[in-house]
Amino acid sequence: MAEKPKKPQELVQSIEYKPPRKRWMDTPVEFHKGTFNYSAAVDKLKYLDLPYPRKWQPTEEDWQLPDNWQEIIHKGFKDRLDKYRSFRVFMDICVRCGACADKCHYFIGSGDPRNMPVLRAELLRSVYRNDFTTAGKILGGLAGGRKLTVKVLKEWFYYFYQCTECRRCSVFCPYGIDTAEITMMARELLNLVGLNIDWICTPAANCFRTGNHLGIQPHGFKDSIEFAVDELEELTGVRVNAPINKKGAEILFVAPSADYFASPHYYTLLGYLALFHEVGLDYTWSSYASEGGNFGLFHSYETMKRLNSKIYMEAKRLGVKWVLGGECGHMWRVIHQYMDTLNGPADFLEVPVSPITGTKFEHARSTRMVHIMEFTSDLIRHNKIKLDPGRNDHWRVTFHDSCNPARAMGLIEEPRYVINHVCNNFIEMPENTIKEQTFCCGSGSGLGTDENMEMRLRGGLPRANAVKFVHEKNDVNILLCICAIDKATLPPLLEYWVPDVEVGGIHEMVGNALVMTGENERLTDLRGTPYPEKEGGENV
Amino acid sequence: MHLFFSLAAVLVLLILVFIGVDVVGWRYLFGVVIPIATIISFILGMLYRVIKWARSPVPFRIPTTCGQQKSLSWIKAGNLESPHNIWGVLGRMVLEVLFFRSLFRNTKVSLKEGPRLVYGSTKWLWLGGLVFHWSFLVIFVRHFKFFAEPVPAWVMALQNLDGFFQVGLPIIYLTDIAFLAALTFLLLRRLVDPKLRYISLAADYFPLFLIIGIAVTGILMRYFTKVDIVGIKEMAMGWLNLAPVVPAGIGTLFYMHLFLVCCLFIYFPFSKLLHMAGVFFSPTRNLANTNRVKRHVNPWDYSVKVHTYEEYEDEFRDVMKAAEMPLEKE
Repeated sequence: MAEKPKKPQELVQSIEYKPPRKRWMDTPVEFHKGTFNYSAAVDKLKYLDLPYPRKWQPTEEDWQLPDNWQEIIHKGFKDRLDKYRSFRVFMDICVRCGACADKCHYFIGSGDPRNMPVLRAELLRSVYRNDFTTAGKILGGLAGGRKLTVKVLKEWFYYFYQCTECRRCSVFCPYGIDTAEITMMARELLNLVGLNIDWICTPAANCFRTGNHLGIQPHGFKDSIEFAVDELEELTGVRVNAPINKKGAEILFVAPSADYFASPHYYTLLGYLALFHEVGLDYTWSSYASEGGNFGLFHSYETMKRLNSKIYMEAKRLGVKWVLGGECGHMWRVIHQYMDTLNGPADFLEVPVSPITGTKFEHARSTRMVHIMEFTSDLIRHNKIKLDPGRNDHWRVTFHDSCNPARAMGLIEEPRYVINHVCNNFIEMPENTIKEQTFCCGSGSGLGTDENMEMRLRGGLPRANAVKFVHEKNDVNILLCICAIDKATLPPLLEYWVPDVEVGGIHEMVGNALVMTGENERLTDLRGTPYPEKEGGENV
Repeated sequence: MHLFFSLAAVLVLLILVFIGVDVVGWRYLFGVVIPIATIISFILGMLYRVIKWARSPVPFRIPTTCGQQKSLSWIKAGNLESPHNIWGVLGRMVLEVLFFRSLFRNTKVSLKEGPRLVYGSTKWLWLGGLVFHWSFLVIFVRHFKFFAEPVPAWVMALQNLDGFFQVGLPIIYLTDIAFLAALTFLLLRRLVDPKLRYISLAADYFPLFLIIGIAVTGILMRYFTKVDIVGIKEMAMGWLNLAPVVPAGIGTLFYMHLFLVCCLFIYFPFSKLLHMAGVFFSPTRNLANTNRVKRHVNPWDYSVKVHTYEEYEDEFRDVMKAAEMPLEKE
């Protein structure tokens, strides 16, 4: 069980940016409660055919590694150096200038020197030098090399599951060294010897089987969507249509599964449903491709590809023209930067055209999948929906750019455009904490477990602190985000660091503001919170 | 340990020259053999590294986007920070390579009472790095005068510009001062900032000391002692014309300068100094953010075991039927 987290003041006082005297290579890693994730369940590893499934835990002395584990990792290391230019170049060119050091949210929140991106990479680089460079082979420690031992492996496990692959360091690196790339390689290597965490492998196995991370079976999926349709009717008086697995629909809509199963994601789902109905979109959900997110990204190339394959396969089976994707962060890294390469070409689809505005989404000409922020901002731009931003006046909103849409896609203005049209009170957080410099929620890339809570609270400190700033200065009371992991992990984070600030999605705000044909007067917002009594009649 | 080892290593190199040239008298070795070997090893070493990088494919297009993507026509795209065409990529690379764009963004975090995290702008590393690299380049180019007769006009122009203020005799070059200042800064920050000291390896101190050694011997020769410039130029021309000569009367100081330069160039391809070439190979910087526009092909892509819709329906047909969901097979 997770230990009760420290009090905020205690936690802050434990942060010391000055490193200890003892060199990091001589400091073995300790697995403190609250700062690591449990190992993956055996049956899930077996379901995915992953190597060396076994029962073990990070706190145990013996990790029951296969006998030839060093050989497996050495070979895997070489293999990846030959396959990824990024990996080879990033192993070679770091000058340790230290510009990245205080850019990592985990370093800022923990002060642990091995959470400086430069040292995180050195964990691998030291072994790289020892095994693959002449200087390292001859000079060893003097050249910054070291042998791969169990101690080093444990260090890898600890620190590469303390990186959320958010890419903030790569914005500041003069050579663009991206720790996300390095972490991805390290996690692949760990997987080769059966070292995985459950919060990644269980969702991945679920997704492979049922189509979504949560393991919701088709009838459960249908129930969830229908429940939302009923609820939306109660709130608005409008009965919407939400087809599932409908062949011949124009558009396949794929959202992260938390949207139809978790809160506050759920209100975003209501927003989607209301919007699609109002503009008369001919679309379908799919129970088979009922997950936009992809925990395979946090595991390995292969797992990512296996999970991602469903979207195109389903689009083909249903005969849709193109695919629309919901509010999700890492999902969009996969769709924007990987999907076409992994499972394309999508030549059975058409270049996406908005059936409502006629806008041709040329920027998705090849992948043929459009982000809902692009879709909705285009609707607003063309005045295709009637909006009453006054219905969000009880919210003073700020916006958290999710790491991946910001730094692996460049989706920066679209969400702001939408917010500005559906909310009257939008306040930005300080500039070093938004857009391309945005801070991770601290729980991304599969690290959002309860057992990892202390590390999450530490890693989330920079984000929460920026929220606190606008909360105190501008009375902000809701943090909007477009990522399912954010929506799941920011509420406990804010509860801890800055109570009284809620978390919501942008399409929740769209749903609130959307004036629907034939709707009843809205007495509450989508959360069921009553609007204040209106004076002098309605303002709609 | 790393610090003292590096300093000691450079001192040993200097002692080697002293023994080699002054005691044993191996002027031909230090004046001809080693320089020519250096040139060859540098070229081969760099080719080896660059070819090795180039042979590793780029399986995915993974630019780090630091600005707005090109999406809808009415949203202004940031072509330099999130390039959507070749010009954007070139512009981004030029800004990165010539002006250290990313380093210019640098901030320094501090944790104040509250708690309140503050991100202050800090441009010192950017400035120090920029001054170091640019003055090094100018100094390097100024040395062309030893390798060409007559000296090209543009080299002379650069030299005159560098000595613009005409202070001192011989005239003091601005870049010499800037170079020394930047080097001192880069070394001091490694020593003074505890985080930097913690991450620094011998591989970080050694090239710094080596370059400081080169700068100091060079400055001593130019400003404080008399060296036989005519002889030195004869020797330098000799390497290029493959007609090596070792004129008498060239002092030990010059051999020290030359030997350290050789060490730097030999060391180059096997060290972090490779960042000079590596920055051009960085996939997060040199690729356009055109991911959804143009398909990127992974040369080693292979097919994986997927879970097809048919398998899915086979497993869940009963519940799907009960829930009145459409089926492929009844």
